[in-house]
Amino acid sequence: MSEEYPTMEGPVCPLPHIETDRVVMGHGSGGRMMADLIRSVFRPPLSNPVLEAENDAGVVQPTPPESLAISTDAHVVSPLFFRGGDIGKLAVCGTVNDVAMVGADPKYLTASFILEEGLAISTLQKVVASMQSSAEEAGVQVVAGDTKVVSHGEADGLYISTTGIGIPLTKNEIGGDQAQPGDVVILSGTMGDHGIAVLEARGDLGFETNVESDIAPLNHLVTAMLEASPGIHVLRDPTRGGVATALNEIAQQSNVGVLIRESSLLLQPAVQAACEMLGFDPLYIANEGKLLAVVKREDAEKVLMAMRNTRYGEEAAIIGEITVQPRGRLLMETPLGSKRVVDTLSGEMLPRIC
Amino acid sequence: MKYITEYRDADLVKKTLKKIEKTISRPWTLMEICGGQTHAIVKHGLDQLLPEEVELVHGPGCPVCVTPLELIDKAMAIASQPDVIFTSYGDMLRVPGSNGDLFSIRARGGDVRVVYSPLDALKIAQDNPDKEVVFFAIGFETTAPANVMSVLQAQNLGLENYSILVSHVRVPPAIRAILGSPSNRVQGFLAAGHVNAVMGYWEYEPIAEEFQVPMAVTGFEPLDIAQGILTCVESLEKGEYVVENAYRRAVTKAGNQTAQKIIKQVFQECDRKWRGIGVIPGSGWCLRPAFQEFDAEKRFDVESIQSEESPVCISGLILQGLKKPHECPAFGTKCTPDHPLGATMVSDEGACAAYYHYRSHLTRQGIESS
Repeated sequence: MSEEYPTMEGPVCPLPHIETDRVVMGHGSGGRMMADLIRSVFRPPLSNPVLEAENDAGVVQPTPPESLAISTDAHVVSPLFFRGGDIGKLAVCGTVNDVAMVGADPKYLTASFILEEGLAISTLQKVVASMQSSAEEAGVQVVAGDTKVVSHGEADGLYISTTGIGIPLTKNEIGGDQAQPGDVVILSGTMGDHGIAVLEARGDLGFETNVESDIAPLNHLVTAMLEASPGIHVLRDPTRGGVATALNEIAQQSNVGVLIRESSLLLQPAVQAACEMLGFDPLYIANEGKLLAVVKREDAEKVLMAMRNTRYGEEAAIIGEITVQPRGRLLMETPLGSKRVVDTLSGEMLPRIC
Repeated sequence: MKYITEYRDADLVKKTLKKIEKTISRPWTLMEICGGQTHAIVKHGLDQLLPEEVELVHGPGCPVCVTPLELIDKAMAIASQPDVIFTSYGDMLRVPGSNGDLFSIRARGGDVRVVYSPLDALKIAQDNPDKEVVFFAIGFETTAPANVMSVLQAQNLGLENYSILVSHVRVPPAIRAILGSPSNRVQGFLAAGHVNAVMGYWEYEPIAEEFQVPMAVTGFEPLDIAQGILTCVESLEKGEYVVENAYRRAVTKAGNQTAQKIIKQVFQECDRKWRGIGVIPGSGWCLRPAFQEFDAEKRFDVESIQSEESPVCISGLILQGLKKPHECPAFGTKCTPDHPLGATMVSDEGACAAYYHYRSHLTRQGIESS
């Protein structure tokens, strides 16, 4: 019977571009183009039974835990692709790591996409494939999603907002306010790789470094650490603002002092070179695959060994300790033996003139 | 890393500090001219390790700090105009003008961009022929060669949409002004190695002789600075008023003569106002009449803008080495890097910002009260 009714598709103006290699406004219309986009671009790589149900909400059946860890994060990065990663990998790892930093095992993610009209579908496909491979490595499922399209010029290609849900691995409280004087501070590797890789991809450096972003899901590292010791008091991934900002936050939340030793901090030579040339301090540069841990002193060695046996913790080292004074501040001992304050930045880190 | 690791070697620095201790027989007051050196001294905690006879006072060598208020106001007036792309080194964007900073212009829709070199600004001008591109050409002799190069290239390329807002300053007239002041306490100088890499140090010898003050051309790593202090202290102890080169790997007496030649071709000496200090005769560089078409002040008709400094800020006294940052009543209270009253709190190279970032726990707890 339905064939007898005329379809409006022909005369409707403007004519929809069903076949296109670019994102157009119709992809956010809620109509067939959107359904096609979901069916062809998002679903195949991210496929799982929850997503396949195609309902307004994904229904998951975890073993009922006493508590859940939930984190959400919006990801905007320019450019979308850089050495070592892209916005898709960032959107998965960023949220997975935030959930892991309270000692939880991330299980499910939701993802909202804001697409700019004109974005190449092939670009979107690459980003989704990258999300899939990071989700697989982390062992999380994407169980719900949403797509909106905004006019050309109203967004920078593509933004992704993800929410993660995880199940706590320990009953001990892990958090920024749990640092105790006497604890040691562990950093899982080098500093500043992500920030420098993104600056280079932006063409802001004016020279090549070959530095790769360190983006990685850290949940397996956290699991190994928690299995090694119950004496982990704080976990934090030093993303925006770098190691200096994360340790200042811990000092303030726990109302303790933090003392680190400059000679214990690791830097790739190319990162150091880029920082020296631009007048940047690597302590403030973003990381996306590193964590800071504040650990009971007697458990430090065990935790360190466990970390070094994992892929993303091979270069873990003790970089300092928690002190009583000066409360709320981060100090650093220089290789010369003098001490100085490492403050938080007031805003953007600005390259110095000379 | 080559040329860095060796000059941060803790053992070598400690040995040099020991030598200073052995050499020194009485208190001496030295000034490091350059803000980059102030930053390094405080960052590495060198001043905590020096014998107490050595007093370091911080000089006026932060180009961001000494850029006069009206130049910032002129920059903001230009950057607010439609069809202008205003380009600058990053740390100029946060320097407070009379009414906000360049960041606030950007937030209000102005096209203000951070560049790493004036040649990047030139590229922007080539890529945007329908826009006026202005570069904020500030700095000492160090940044002058690249700045004049951008003008020469713009001329060669026939670029009509590129101009520079010039606020160049020169070190030797500033040293003369400090030494000529009746309240001067400085007995020896660490000269700024980067400036000397361009200009050499032939200009400094007559000053050392006239004012009976030794100088040491000094680099920027901890070992360089310790070596510069040692060289200066040795001269003082011997009563020799000479210029010694303690930064031989980068500096020769004649300097980079190609750079000096192009600077002279494009710039001429002029009187320049230094923020917090006032006008120092002959202390600036401006565009020669033959290059007036590249002068943004003329192109945008902002020459008449005049501005008044905040009465609370003592950055002028700090830049002259007469006060230390924590001696200012506003330091760390009314004046912080988040809300700077004066330029010395803005740039990382500014003495107030260096003290705030690296020392504020000491001053707040009253440990350092001298």
